[in-house]
Amino acid sequence: MRNRQATQLIFELSKSGRRAARLPQPESAVEAALTDLLPSDALRQSPPPLPEVAEPDVVRHFTNLSTQNMSVDTHFYPLGSCTMKYNSKRNERMAALPGIGNVHPYQLEGSMQGLLQLLYEVQEIFAEISGLPSVSLQPAAGAHGELTALMVAAAYFRERGENRTKVLAPDSAHGTNPASAHMAGFKAVTVKSTPRGFVDLDDLEAKLDDQTAVFMITNPNTLGRFEFNISEICKRVHDVGGLVYLDGANMNAILGITRPGDFGADMMHFNPHKTFSGPHGGGGPGAGPICMREFLDPYLPSPTIKRHDDQFLLDFDRPKSIGRVRSFFGNTGVLVRAYCYILTHGPDGLRRVSENAVLNANYLLAKVKHFLPVPQGERCMHEFVASAGELKKTKGITAMDIAKRLLDHGFHAPTVYFPLTVPEALMVEPTETESKETLDEFAKALFRITEESADDLKAAPYSTQIRRPDEVAAARSPIVRWHAEEK
Amino acid sequence: MPYHFNTSEDQQAMLQAIGATDLNDLFSVIPDDIKFQGLLNIQSAMSEIELAQHLERLAAKNDHVGNKVCFLGGGAYDHFIPAAVDMIASRGEFYTSYTPYQPEVSQGNLQAMFEYQSMICQLTGMDVSNASVYDGGTATIEGTLMCMDATKRKKAVLLGTVHPEYRMVVETYLVGLNSVAVTIPCPAGVVDLDLLRDAVDNETACIVVQHPNFFGTLENVEGIVEIARQQGAHVVQIFDPMSLGILKSPGELGADIAVAEGQCLGNPLAYGGPYLGIVAARDSFIRRMPGRIAGQTISQNNQRCFVLTLQTREQHIRRDKATSNICTNQTLFALRATIYLSLMGPEGMRELGELCVKKANYAAKKITEHDRFELAFQQPFFKEFVIRDRAANVDELLSVASAQGFMAGVSLAPWYDELSDCFLVAVTEKRTQQEIDQFAKMLAGIATTSEAMQV
Repeated sequence: MRNRQATQLIFELSKSGRRAARLPQPESAVEAALTDLLPSDALRQSPPPLPEVAEPDVVRHFTNLSTQNMSVDTHFYPLGSCTMKYNSKRNERMAALPGIGNVHPYQLEGSMQGLLQLLYEVQEIFAEISGLPSVSLQPAAGAHGELTALMVAAAYFRERGENRTKVLAPDSAHGTNPASAHMAGFKAVTVKSTPRGFVDLDDLEAKLDDQTAVFMITNPNTLGRFEFNISEICKRVHDVGGLVYLDGANMNAILGITRPGDFGADMMHFNPHKTFSGPHGGGGPGAGPICMREFLDPYLPSPTIKRHDDQFLLDFDRPKSIGRVRSFFGNTGVLVRAYCYILTHGPDGLRRVSENAVLNANYLLAKVKHFLPVPQGERCMHEFVASAGELKKTKGITAMDIAKRLLDHGFHAPTVYFPLTVPEALMVEPTETESKETLDEFAKALFRITEESADDLKAAPYSTQIRRPDEVAAARSPIVRWHAEEK
Repeated sequence: MPYHFNTSEDQQAMLQAIGATDLNDLFSVIPDDIKFQGLLNIQSAMSEIELAQHLERLAAKNDHVGNKVCFLGGGAYDHFIPAAVDMIASRGEFYTSYTPYQPEVSQGNLQAMFEYQSMICQLTGMDVSNASVYDGGTATIEGTLMCMDATKRKKAVLLGTVHPEYRMVVETYLVGLNSVAVTIPCPAGVVDLDLLRDAVDNETACIVVQHPNFFGTLENVEGIVEIARQQGAHVVQIFDPMSLGILKSPGELGADIAVAEGQCLGNPLAYGGPYLGIVAARDSFIRRMPGRIAGQTISQNNQRCFVLTLQTREQHIRRDKATSNICTNQTLFALRATIYLSLMGPEGMRELGELCVKKANYAAKKITEHDRFELAFQQPFFKEFVIRDRAANVDELLSVASAQGFMAGVSLAPWYDELSDCFLVAVTEKRTQQEIDQFAKMLAGIATTSEAMQV
């Protein structure tokens, strides 16, 4: 079935003289000698050594490659923390409308009022869902939103003459939190979790001081638990003059149910590609819009969109702004899809998204906890973290073994070995766009796997084209590109 | 609900299995005083038909490069996108997958990433490429940070001819890192090497040069590299992928790091994003690269295959010691670029580069036939050039041109005081001689009309 010829490297399919694209001839009035237009020492001797292939080669090659991926369109993809929900096709059609997808970023404001209106409404909607009124749509991904918000916090404290150097985050936080803190020039400090997976209030208290700029918290947290102490946590951070940042990766659990602005967060980002179903594209794009309390508004990146009567304007007049964190307006294409998603759900529909996401996760948890312990609780929000720690001790079965064997059953694996606080972690996020039947099948497959012998599992997966690639060798002597010599 | 499965019977059965009384019970852990009361203040749900009608109404209010003749550039361009790019990239297996954490079921993405990295290296003459960052601006700062990390120096020297928004990104990032960006003014449209030499010292981590630069003109990158070498600094070159069919590559010119905006490689304009940030470098920088990198290896069943590699650079392993905080990147657009470059091939890229430079030069000649317009810089250029409006009325000019069906150019007033009477014109391979002639005629017409009104 597999077309091995087509899935050779495209460089290996190359044959001198083949080509796909044909370009128009320059009109005779336009024709000129290149060396009359450009200095000859700027010119290259020969064109870049790209593959020479015909269009059918290209189509067959990449189409065959695509069949070697699992995806949401083809498989259940319970990759925890990534919210791999179904991506509605209608949103793709809307984002591709010429009056949206083919708008140049430097068009005159008056020539794109419809788009500016749309983006203005996106600002308003995100403010409403978050309970935080000041919005920047500029950041390109969740981690970029974190970084931008921390820069905003730094500017805010700088203006107040406060020298705050530390950003705190729990040990269960996404790696992006401490990495963003470092990139924004702060020292990253880790706060411990309790055995039940919540922020350890004593450790938080011990680490909070007048050097604390921001406490970053994911809520629901990465264990899929709602930090029930959140108001108290925020109060303690505020008491030392710090700000609370909410990592919005898990907003899918709480849409219309509780709002970060209402439980004490001062800043947050959304991951529209997760929560509002932008396709993940094999690793991206996403977007990372941020929402803030009004007193932080002056520091947001420039521009934002403001409304003046019926006109929508780009507001560049932001003297205290941190500046820019990227070129052009933002990841508009992703935001348009989020807008469409939100409009087709409405307020009650969004609430039902979260209800069903949490229902599905709890149902799955109830089905698997008997044979795959979930150390942090009987209940969860939109995801849960099971542990193969016991199985490893008793039978030698690891989280990775389970993950690999699931692939044979036609399921993408959960996120494994994260969060770091749970041994042999399997982080399962089913999302609301899966049926009970799928969840039943998945639970059944998981159970069967735990009954298999470790030896059998070590060789899994059996049904994929390749298995257990040597990642150590890959990192030891990296081959990160094709070389002509190898041909 | 369009995308939910759970019937009320399902819900009841599931609640029973959980041991919960109702849906609210699942949220009982959230304290009542922070529960949101009532419904969010957003409009009620639309059907697919209503959504389409609403979006079509909004879209109809916007000009786009399909209903106006586009001469806008400045980092985002109306280049042609072959149909095969859209058809292949929209396959669900590419479109709706995610970061290839499980290589056994992600070989399609991983091999495409490896091919992307390889093509970027072939195109730029660099040794290594990552699998993308967000855009040209963030690629520029990531390249700058790599140099600062390698040299342990805290100063970046940026040419004034670097895209103003990229410079703003660099400045924004450096504030918190106790590092500085020094910008060299370039009134001639290219850098004055003597001025540059004076600004570069043994505290300089890198020189950031754009070639062809923001104004479309060519910088003396080799001369800049020489200045950098004398002080032990690196060179980050921002390049235009479309120029590399005809211009010497960053590798050939001696740059250490090559970064770019990859929108031009088969990606839609989409009002500024999502785009594609390209980062390529010399071998010695490989462990300082940001983001994902695909690497070749062997599987247990002895087949060549691909994995995410050198992950100890990354945030999910190294946390605050990571080379960057980037997680989600622009893989889909890297895929589109890979398909695009496969379709173009060496000859396609050469012809494309030639078309751009010839058409741009033709357009400049035609526009400056009217004496209200002149080239701001007497420099060779690739596909963009700066027109000075001797009547110093750029805003009105652009607005009248828009009413007559042309996106005429990008005003430089927001970024350059001394060029407030200038606008930047870009000409891609899509512009025909007829469109260019009409454009020049239209500009001359506006000029003549306003002269007549002044008389």
